[in-house]
Amino acid sequence: MALINPKKREVQVKIVYYGPGRGGKTTNLEFINEKFRSRIKSEMVTVKTYNDRTLFFDFLPFDIGMIKGYTIKVQFYTVPGQVKYNATRKLVLRGVDGIVFVADSMTLRQEMNIRSLENLAENLVSFNKNIETIPLVMQYNKRDLEKEGIPVLPVEIMEKDLNAGLKAPYYTASAVSGDNVAVTMKRIISMTVMSIREKLELGGSE
Amino acid sequence: MDFPFDFSKKQLESIEDVLNEELIELGVQSVVLIDLAGNVIVNLDNGRCQHDVYSLAALAAANFGAVSAMANIIGEEEFSLLFHKGESDSIHFSKVGTDLLLLTIFGKDVSLGFLRLKANEANDRIRDLL
Ligand SMILES: Nc1nc2c(ncn2[C@@H]2O[C@H](COP(=O)(O)OP(=O)(O)OP(=O)(O)O)[C@@H](O)[C@H]2O)c(=O)[nH]1
Ligand SMILES: [Mg+2]
Repeated sequence: MALINPKKREVQVKIVYYGPGRGGKTTNLEFINEKFRSRIKSEMVTVKTYNDRTLFFDFLPFDIGMIKGYTIKVQFYTVPGQVKYNATRKLVLRGVDGIVFVADSMTLRQEMNIRSLENLAENLVSFNKNIETIPLVMQYNKRDLEKEGIPVLPVEIMEKDLNAGLKAPYYTASAVSGDNVAVTMKRIISMTVMSIREKLELGGSE
Repeated sequence: MDFPFDFSKKQLESIEDVLNEELIELGVQSVVLIDLAGNVIVNLDNGRCQHDVYSLAALAAANFGAVSAMANIIGEEEFSLLFHKGESDSIHFSKVGTDLLLLTIFGKDVSLGFLRLKANEANDRIRDLL
């Protein structure tokens, strides 16, 4: 839940990049960190293993300016995608306001995407949240692999596997080249900010 | 459990007063009150340090969560003293109520015993304000 500070007139919004291991969550944040350097006041924080897998999370604060007289501070996080890290994944999800689900388009990863989405739904339930109602954007990542002759799932199949019931907005993307990374990010920010707008109009609690 | 926390301006001001009186005046460098989602609720400092409190909050919340989970695995409710000692500066963590965490960053000139005492007093007073 977004934290509203009526004294500083500041809102902290938590957006989490979720998805299977090696899907490209960290790469999304790395791209944002480079591309939007001027909006980021501090270093990206990463807690990773020696071989670059996320061990706990990545953290990137991002200023988007003022809305309704409040400074909005977006805090991006990634979870560790590896199945064995569910305990830490849950800790990162605590207080989440919006989610980008980064699915891996490689045909080989079809089953892992589905499992990871199921795991997200379960973990949200443990925080009394619902995957059907929380702001959510789907990103079908690694589309660039198709050009290299690596088998990639057709978008229709990914939609059917992951998004048939949820009907979340989706984007095909390539996090390494940055293709649609910013678009995905802007969409989740706008959906998340919309969802807390009502609360902002009430001016927090007085 | 999630965090249905909202603070009024008045509450935030009262919390700042408590932290000033109990901890900043004791000579600590900075105090940060956060929730377990990693949000910063109040941060104050002595005017002579520039820590990145948002990153600190994200890491502290995660660290606290991990340590609590370890406590549970060995059958403890929680570990009462959480403290990281550095060459010149140290960090002390204490839980406030069930969902908040108070971080205090202090130098060698402040004794840990005294700090714990003051942090406890601040905790009691903040709990009354929630
Ligand atoms: N070809 C291609 N490779 C990508 C893309 N996105 C990420 N990768 C690569 O995939 C690997 C894993 O990317 P990460 O961003 O570390 O994946 P992650 O989702 O953070 O993985 P975990 O931290 O284990 O959950 C890296 O070698 C990336 O360079 C993409 O769009 N296309
Ligand atoms: Mg990662």
